[in-house]
Amino acid sequence: MSERGASGASRTADGAVPASLEPVVGLEIHVQLATATKMFCGCELSFGEPPNTRTCAVCLGLPGSLPVANACAVHFGLMIGLALGSELAPRSIFHRKNYFYPDLPKGYQISQYDEPLCRGGRLGDVRIHRVHLEEDAAKLIHVGASGRIHGSDASVVDFNRGGTPLAEIVTEPDLRSPEQCNEWLKLLRATLLRLGVSDVNMEEGSLRCDANVSLRPAGSGELGTKTELKNMNSFRFLERGIRAEIERQQEILQRGGEIVQETLHYDPAGARLTPLRSKEEVHDYRYFPEPDLIPVAVDEEMRSRARAALPELPAARAERFEHELGLSRESAQLLAFRAELGDYFQAALAADAEPEPPAQALANWIGGELVRRLAEGEDPARSPVAPSALASLVGLVSAKRVSVGAARQVLDKLVAEGGSDPAAIIEREGLAALDGGEELAAIVAAALEANAEAAERVRAGNEKAIGPIIGAVMRETHGRADGGAVRRLVREQLGI
Amino acid sequence: MSGGDIVQLSAGAAAASVQAGALSARELFEVYRARAAADRDAGGEGLNCFTWVAERAPAEGAAEPLHGVPLAVKDLFCVEGVPSQACSRILEGYRPPYTATAVARLRDAGAPLLAKTNQDEFAMGSSSENSAFGPVLNPWDRGRVPGGSSGGSAAAVAAGLAPWALGTDTGGSIRQPAALCGIVGMKPTYGTVSRYGMIAFASSLDQAGPLTRNVSDAGLLLRHMTGHDACDATSLHSASISAPRAERLDGVRLGVPEELAGEGIEAGVLDAFHAALALAEELGAELAPARLPHAPHALAAYYVLAPAECSSNLARYDGVRFGLRVEGDDLLEMHTRTRHDGFGAEVKRRIMLGTYALSAGYYEAYYGRAQRVRTKIAEDFSSAFERVDYIVSPTSPTVAFKLGERTSDPLSMYLSDYCTVPMSLAGIPAISIPCGLSGGLPVGLQIAGPALSDSALLDAAHALEQAISFDASAARV
Repeated sequence: MSERGASGASRTADGAVPASLEPVVGLEIHVQLATATKMFCGCELSFGEPPNTRTCAVCLGLPGSLPVANACAVHFGLMIGLALGSELAPRSIFHRKNYFYPDLPKGYQISQYDEPLCRGGRLGDVRIHRVHLEEDAAKLIHVGASGRIHGSDASVVDFNRGGTPLAEIVTEPDLRSPEQCNEWLKLLRATLLRLGVSDVNMEEGSLRCDANVSLRPAGSGELGTKTELKNMNSFRFLERGIRAEIERQQEILQRGGEIVQETLHYDPAGARLTPLRSKEEVHDYRYFPEPDLIPVAVDEEMRSRARAALPELPAARAERFEHELGLSRESAQLLAFRAELGDYFQAALAADAEPEPPAQALANWIGGELVRRLAEGEDPARSPVAPSALASLVGLVSAKRVSVGAARQVLDKLVAEGGSDPAAIIEREGLAALDGGEELAAIVAAALEANAEAAERVRAGNEKAIGPIIGAVMRETHGRADGGAVRRLVREQLGI
Repeated sequence: MSGGDIVQLSAGAAAASVQAGALSARELFEVYRARAAADRDAGGEGLNCFTWVAERAPAEGAAEPLHGVPLAVKDLFCVEGVPSQACSRILEGYRPPYTATAVARLRDAGAPLLAKTNQDEFAMGSSSENSAFGPVLNPWDRGRVPGGSSGGSAAAVAAGLAPWALGTDTGGSIRQPAALCGIVGMKPTYGTVSRYGMIAFASSLDQAGPLTRNVSDAGLLLRHMTGHDACDATSLHSASISAPRAERLDGVRLGVPEELAGEGIEAGVLDAFHAALALAEELGAELAPARLPHAPHALAAYYVLAPAECSSNLARYDGVRFGLRVEGDDLLEMHTRTRHDGFGAEVKRRIMLGTYALSAGYYEAYYGRAQRVRTKIAEDFSSAFERVDYIVSPTSPTVAFKLGERTSDPLSMYLSDYCTVPMSLAGIPAISIPCGLSGGLPVGLQIAGPALSDSALLDAAHALEQAISFDASAARV
């Protein structure tokens, strides 16, 4: 039943809608944990196996079966808690959340309720409310036009997913814009990925994010009536869904209406938000402590094991790259959020290449040229390009011993053939930079002659006309010439 | 050995005979199989103890150490491929794909499955009248109930239709029918026997245990059921049960709680109880008054907690995956019709009670408060056990009552468990042994001990049993 909440905070005392409304968003993130087995039974997790092949008496809820908590899921939950700076509860318990739905074979979901595994914490500029463990529901497939249970001709259930361990991470309502939600979720995703506790793939559902959205007068401390948004299964949809909801609420408040507290389903196809029917909403879950399980007692050994398993986390790494190595914020985040790129970057820096590559140049080459030459998401450490080879190459570029264009050709060779010595490739292929000496001067002179008209325009002050001249030199030198040197020679020879 | 001789043997004696070569395991099984099948096929003439009887003796030879002494188990124990429906219509046709840990352990120890026994639906009842298979009759008087919910197991053992049997006890469901049928029934410490494969009624209370002709058999059966089970998070690493041998009770302090052994207990029951206490004193025991001040509130707390858990445990019977399905126009109607037709009246009553008790706004007043009473009761026992070794009381306030006598009055039925529910709430072990007759019907004596005192408790019961030397032959079929 949707409750008509008084959207008090969204209005001023005299009932007028203030000119400036501030969005307030909190996120609830479900993360499928990459354990070997399910949360409460010994079934292996499913990755697209035929339906109902990864099931047993426990995850099918057969009479007499009993759950046993997965120790690895608890360990992963503790790692998440530590990574988010949460307080780890020495004792937490599971509850039963009771409701009837065909994807829930026992008629209840086992979930943590008022005594979660972790409380509090912070990631970036967003406070964490809590982290708890629970089991995933099975997958319903609705046959028929609607694609949802209402109005479908039939529904079938695949219990492979049922019982997959989930960590639910709940933030405080600290987010203020759709863009911030998107960015923050990416940071969370990178953090979880780095922890190795989940595949965190939104499209495949191993990372799912619901949003609680409300509006209030900018600067107000109160919260307005919120709505809950579900089914935003990509970063893009998350941002779009939240934006659409903010706009919808703004429109309602500005024409004097009230926000109804309800759950909205985001439809990516039409980019629309539709209320879930009241039958799909459940009002009273009749929570009570799960009598089939004992409390999760976290001792010092479990805490230190979780602590020992923590790698350097993306936020810390980005900070370090930016402040210690002087990388741009963008580069630092790219290398920190894609841990495999950051690892490769560090290996390249550590290679002591001679001449030494500047960190920023190395970051640019890894994030740009190298990534472009690899398959989507491929770990460069598995490519034929040794980190030391790339470091040498970038060092040679920076020392102007090879031009950028030639270095790209060298990288092509390295990707195709491997090898650890870019200098040898440069030598073999004759790609060494033309150092601005007589050979290059002659080529420039010839290019000016061949492009006399452009040369005239450059002399007359049209800087853009220099392009075709430089292009001609580059063609002639097969990219070996340094662009800056060529430009300098062109201007020199034109006497400007 | 003649069939009649074989049936006279206790389970332990039968195992010894097989071991000595005086009896073959196959013959032993066949004698009981024939008796059980006859009861099943007798229609209104039998006791209606069984829901299913094995077709033949197991092909493989009898394993040590139980040497093939066949076992009857309450219907709610799941057995692979064997109908297991907790005597509910809603599990009609259900054959589990796996076997309950307790049953599997006993099978592996050499006690093959003889039969599934009739019970109150989902173990909810104290008379074995709430069954989709009809009521079980008491072998002492077929106009009376055998108690419940493990009434089929108790009646079968008392009547000599099975050498021994498994039951489950949530608020007295082993002890009370054992008392009403004149046999031994024990609810072990919660957690000593795995609940895996027991169709659940109230998870925090359900516990499997033996129903046997004597205390030694109870110890023998229990020894091979207990032990930690990785499939049950609440199961304990408990010490092994040793064979009960004690003949004396010298220095043993028996606490007699006025709350459970005075007002509300039938006079004939109290007489038999006091006679047994006098025997205990002769064996060297010291009697001492004991107080369990919160015990009178146990039933009220129990009838909040057990229904609350059952309302959730029974949610899985929704017609989607197994058992009965009654079709409807949509999902909700299918659920509703299935549950309407599949559950009996008592089960529905408890689902409604439990659902109400857990509802938003009522949780604290009912479930929360009942949990606090439960804690108080456990504390009562703890402080009593500082002064006495065991608590003794009648097992049931009355002897076996007439069929139909309490079916229309749930509260009077619930009072049948007045003496047994406190121990269930405290999770402590308790055993019922026959201590005499009242009006020709058996009276049970309950002995309860501290958590994990199961072995010692069996010893004390054994000593008292020898002194009482109850004659159960009148119940034999």
